[in-house]
Amino acid sequence: MSETSAPAAAAEAPIPVTVLTGYLGAGKTTLLNRILKEDHGRKYAVIVNEFGEIGIDNDLIVESDEEIYEMNNGCVCCTVRGDLVRVVEGLTRRKGRFDAIIVETTGLADPVPVAQTFFMDDDVRAKTQLDAVVALVDAKHLPLRLKDSREAEDQIAFADVVLINKTDLVTPDELAAVEATVRAINPHAVIHRAERAGIPLAKVLGQGAFDLKRVLDEDPEFLEAAEHGHDDHVCGPDCDHEHHHHHDHGHDHGHDHHHDHDHHGHDHHHDHGTVSPIHDVTVTSVSLRGGELDQKAFFPWIQQLTQTEGPNILRLKGILAFAGDQDRYVVQGVHMIIEGDHQRPWREDEKRESRLVFIGRELDRDALAKGFAACAAKARANA
Amino acid sequence: MPTVVPYQFESFVETAVFLGNEPVFALADGSVRFPAGGERVVAAHDGGLLAARHDPHGKRLLTSGEDGRVVALGADAGVTEIASIGKSKWINAVAGGPSGSVGFACGRTAYVMLAGGVLREFPHARSVEDVAFAPKGIRIATARYDGASLYFAATDTTPVSLEWKGAHVGIDFSPDGRFLVTTMQENALHGWRLDDGKHMRMTGYPAKVKGWSWSAKGKFLATTGAPAAILWPFAAKDGPMGKAPLELGTRGNTMVTSVACHPAEDMLAIGYQDGMILAVRFSDGREALLRREGMSPVRTMAWDKAGARLAFGCESGEAGLVDIQG
Repeated sequence: MSETSAPAAAAEAPIPVTVLTGYLGAGKTTLLNRILKEDHGRKYAVIVNEFGEIGIDNDLIVESDEEIYEMNNGCVCCTVRGDLVRVVEGLTRRKGRFDAIIVETTGLADPVPVAQTFFMDDDVRAKTQLDAVVALVDAKHLPLRLKDSREAEDQIAFADVVLINKTDLVTPDELAAVEATVRAINPHAVIHRAERAGIPLAKVLGQGAFDLKRVLDEDPEFLEAAEHGHDDHVCGPDCDHEHHHHHDHGHDHGHDHHHDHDHHGHDHHHDHGTVSPIHDVTVTSVSLRGGELDQKAFFPWIQQLTQTEGPNILRLKGILAFAGDQDRYVVQGVHMIIEGDHQRPWREDEKRESRLVFIGRELDRDALAKGFAACAAKARANA
Repeated sequence: MPTVVPYQFESFVETAVFLGNEPVFALADGSVRFPAGGERVVAAHDGGLLAARHDPHGKRLLTSGEDGRVVALGADAGVTEIASIGKSKWINAVAGGPSGSVGFACGRTAYVMLAGGVLREFPHARSVEDVAFAPKGIRIATARYDGASLYFAATDTTPVSLEWKGAHVGIDFSPDGRFLVTTMQENALHGWRLDDGKHMRMTGYPAKVKGWSWSAKGKFLATTGAPAAILWPFAAKDGPMGKAPLELGTRGNTMVTSVACHPAEDMLAIGYQDGMILAVRFSDGREALLRREGMSPVRTMAWDKAGARLAFGCESGEAGLVDIQG
């Protein structure tokens, strides 16, 4: 175990936290047991909301009531999980007892307060580091889940890693439709497929998805893939039967599909029936791309934007090139919480450009694009 | 010059108290240490200890743990089990009340063990974050989401509900019983005057308030959560309303993490994030160094009855006994 080789550093290093979300029956407990059983030499503290039917095989399991606390600052999306604040505080007082924390949420849990707890509570933030939010999706039942619950969609939209589980229970076509739907909801998640939650742990743990130094850097094609996936899939399996076109469909049309290309694709995909009937999706994403930005314009814009549109923004991530700045600047956000930092110098072979992705509801793509464009650095007058 | 007898424990020091005339330290690993005159170690809880509080009524230390138990420890290091509500029930708050009663909380239930051995349960709609007894009568207050509740623990009367939006995570009565004060998940305190339910908002903290201490005769409530100790005046009829707090022991580069008011004098000990401890007089803000910086934040401090010695404990397990006369 590499951690033990540098005890001084290990004592100060924040404890990584992995959040497992997913609907009841998606396979969270199976994955959890796989993580715990594997011979990795690490000790985990597991926080669960309910002891499920399948037992969890671990020394340190804490059961806690899901307590969503709205912060008293007039912002409805500023919520934390009060139970996690308490439990994590209790756990982190004992060094060396475990190396990492896994939080298993209930099927209906909103992942946002869970994640925000690790940003908004100073003590929790000081001692832990949210590593990634992993959503398990039941390949067979996802269409149904999306139809009857907003939580299922939120869990996917918010995830860094989506594990499409139980792939053996669906046909290749069904699986392709499910994957496309996941992509449509969350173009920037890393998607894996599995049967019985069988996945190498390295693909679930140690993701550093909220680590600004690593964010977006592990996968340089990340945002390209995102855009591509978005264009490819949103207009594919998403649009089918007319009776599935709920009122929220309007948002998708109004705010998301703005490229002519999209409109075309969209209109032509109303071919009843061949693709999986999954269209109960209200989450959209907007990927923006531009050249160098003026930081004096960007920061006020993003502050203002997250203040006013925060409730609709589930996640945002970006890599930015500021005029006159040698370093890549990375930002990430959850609702109204936004943080950013210099990451590393731009490489010679890299194109200095700025990319920003929003995932959320009722995102006004035009307004976002316009606002982003207005942050562009002016040509240098004194060059 | 004050002298310090240092102790080094292997675990986070949750609470320092004096039992009899001896310093006692409750550690997060579930053990309670009696280091004076040959160290005695008492295993109070399996798993870990979650809360420990001095019981001023019973002159004992009450602790609760991950093992679903509440125990009491006396000056002789003897352990008495007060209650056991089941393995893996994390009991996150405990408080001692009049006539040997003990209050505690687990999940969404507050409990009171009455002197006769009757355990009463008070279910809540949301988690019970903390409990405190009124100075007189078997009356217990619970901190919860959106306010506080008051129960007469021995009877079945309807609880009194005090509402204030937000998550209340710590609670205490003023020593005269006129005010009820909570710490919140936000960087603020809230209070109610119990006569008429009048609200008191105490805000302006840069960090969450996690420690507090009533000064002699309840004149001030000293709190952590800022680069200085913040002391709210409670002597007047309206409490701190419309008054500015005292700010003592201000340091620019660190935060106050623990406070302990002297039992008799208008003076307090202030513990900081960097492990330093100062004694500061209310009247003129004069400071005396009690302990230099250490390895970790000061978590807990307690004065002995005479106000001559201060026991302290830190997050990394450093602890000690300061004799202020030297």
